[in-house]
Amino acid sequence: MATNYLAKRFGQAILTLVATVTLSFVLYHAMPGSPTESLKNVILSQQAGTGGSTVNLERLNRLVALYTNVQPDQPLYIQFYQYFSSIIFEQDLGTSIYENKPVTALIFERVPWSMFISVYAMVVGYSLSIVIGAVMAFKEKSRFDSVSSVVLIGLNSVPYYIVGILLIYFFAIQMSWFPYGGRVSSSVTAGFNVPFMRSIVMHAALPILSMSMLGLGGALTMRGNSVRVLGEDYLRVAKLRGLRGSRIATQYVGRNAILPMYTQFMIGIAGVFSSAVIVEQIFSYPGVGLLMYNAIQTQDYPLLMGSLIIFTTVTVVAIFIADLTYGFVDPRISAGADNE
Amino acid sequence: MSNRDPNDTVDLEELFNSSTEHEPTPMSERVKRTLDLTVVAPARVALTDWRAVVGTLILFGFFLAGTAGVVLVDRPTSGDAPILAQPFQNPNYILGTDTFGQPIGAQLIHATPAMFKMIFAGAVISIGVAALVGLLSGFMRGTVVDTVLMSVTDVVITIPGLPLVIVLMAIFAPENPYIVGVLLGLDNWPGLARTVRSQVLSIREESYVEASRIMGLSTGTILRRDLLGQLMPYITINSALASRRIIFESVGLYFLGILPFTTFNWGVLMNLAYKGGALNRPQMLHWLIFPMVTIFLMSFGLVLFSQGMDSVFNVRLRARHASTTTDDKAADQGDSAEI
Repeated sequence: MATNYLAKRFGQAILTLVATVTLSFVLYHAMPGSPTESLKNVILSQQAGTGGSTVNLERLNRLVALYTNVQPDQPLYIQFYQYFSSIIFEQDLGTSIYENKPVTALIFERVPWSMFISVYAMVVGYSLSIVIGAVMAFKEKSRFDSVSSVVLIGLNSVPYYIVGILLIYFFAIQMSWFPYGGRVSSSVTAGFNVPFMRSIVMHAALPILSMSMLGLGGALTMRGNSVRVLGEDYLRVAKLRGLRGSRIATQYVGRNAILPMYTQFMIGIAGVFSSAVIVEQIFSYPGVGLLMYNAIQTQDYPLLMGSLIIFTTVTVVAIFIADLTYGFVDPRISAGADNE
Repeated sequence: MSNRDPNDTVDLEELFNSSTEHEPTPMSERVKRTLDLTVVAPARVALTDWRAVVGTLILFGFFLAGTAGVVLVDRPTSGDAPILAQPFQNPNYILGTDTFGQPIGAQLIHATPAMFKMIFAGAVISIGVAALVGLLSGFMRGTVVDTVLMSVTDVVITIPGLPLVIVLMAIFAPENPYIVGVLLGLDNWPGLARTVRSQVLSIREESYVEASRIMGLSTGTILRRDLLGQLMPYITINSALASRRIIFESVGLYFLGILPFTTFNWGVLMNLAYKGGALNRPQMLHWLIFPMVTIFLMSFGLVLFSQGMDSVFNVRLRARHASTTTDDKAADQGDSAEI
């Protein structure tokens, strides 16, 4: 039955990818002006510098096809087939107009950095929120509970990018504990050595901290779930059996309280990856998000669509991995139950 | 609520209800009861919850700024006042001015109406689609419609919202705040749609819904009485949360400079200040701080409001505060909507 569940999730992941690629194709055609007309304008303005080239429609069409994999002079279904197959089978996302390099090369160089800060932000954010929520529930109605409720509501009301700006102001500019931007200091040699590692961690710390704010909303949910579990009969039985407090806290309360947060966690994955676009720009952290931002500034549509597709792919893969582990945590899933 | 409809005087349901008078209730009494149940009692509960009071006050303040404030305060233009005046020095521009000499307070106020338009459009789209999808697939459980709708929902949940919205914004460069709101609301509905669906599914299994069915009540009546009442809390709370998200995202996009700077917006202020190097220049800091405080206040108000509403919709509490209706009826109301 577990395989059945995974097959279903796998199908869903494939469906999402197909939907995104289709969407990006539709967007190429939905651009203002006729299909790919705006692209031609961008290409023309890029080439205006070289001068002397006559406006040759056939040549332009070839250029558009080269950059985007969409051939404007073909019927729509052939265009779609070519676009789709070049992305899925040849991993060819087109060529960046501005940088004149393959989009895939530009993006894959940066994906690990974005993954690095996003994954750690998620781990930090959610583990903090689970711990805080659980402690609040165990000390329900105490002073700690009420104070941290207000603090959490306050933190929930601050957008993560404002947290990022404040972090830069206090810790990078006023205290100069952390570097201001970039992903690694230029003075250290790259490689498997301590100063290089340390520099990477120092550069990533503030972006990770500001992105992890997104996960903190989970603390109040965790608190609610734990309070509910604490009132269950089986917990009283566990106590009467004389089980150790730590075992009750982790295996009885923790496990049952975390499970309902599953959907929230799934949506959170997409949210954290999304937030990279804004956070990377604030910290000028050169990941895919910053690449996407630059693509907008230079109207580099192939790069823009490529980043969207890669963002989705990374999210889909992350969610699928989370799904794999979820089957181990919740036995109901492997028993074939639907998680409503 | 509508136990005493004049046209179904001898309803099966009424045989089991000891407190029923068998004459039609006078109009004034019915109006009074409805008013009490829908307005007075919730308001009374809300007043006992500090979060609801503070949240409503904050939101009302923003509402005033967006309506009366826009009329009272002149639209700021460059050169209105000295450049980079510090805050709390001159009562004419109490929050100081920016490098163009525009008063910051007036800019914040004039950004509010567009913000409300965005929030309204975005919340209507996301809540509307969510309710529609959730109800439909909940009622057609197991059919093709359900499968298709839920697959679409899962796909939209997975696609990272902000990059998609950014691509849309970059391509279409919308200037109308309603359109910005709709685009932002597009990726916002799937979570709530799933919640609504699972609520519909669990409510369908409840014994009191089964009882209503056995009594021969029509699906429409069951929907209205049992389901809508249960879903309203989710819808209200999620509207507030969706609004907060739309504020975060729209301000973020204006801050990045992805949306065209055609109107006043808190994010535009932050962008200009940040790009101007406000972090390194103390005399410019107020230009960056006041928009941030405004955003915080508004979303704080929304979060408090949504949590306060949570307690308003807690029917046990509400029943205790409903005074004009008889205790018996209030208890009845509480039972039927519990769980």
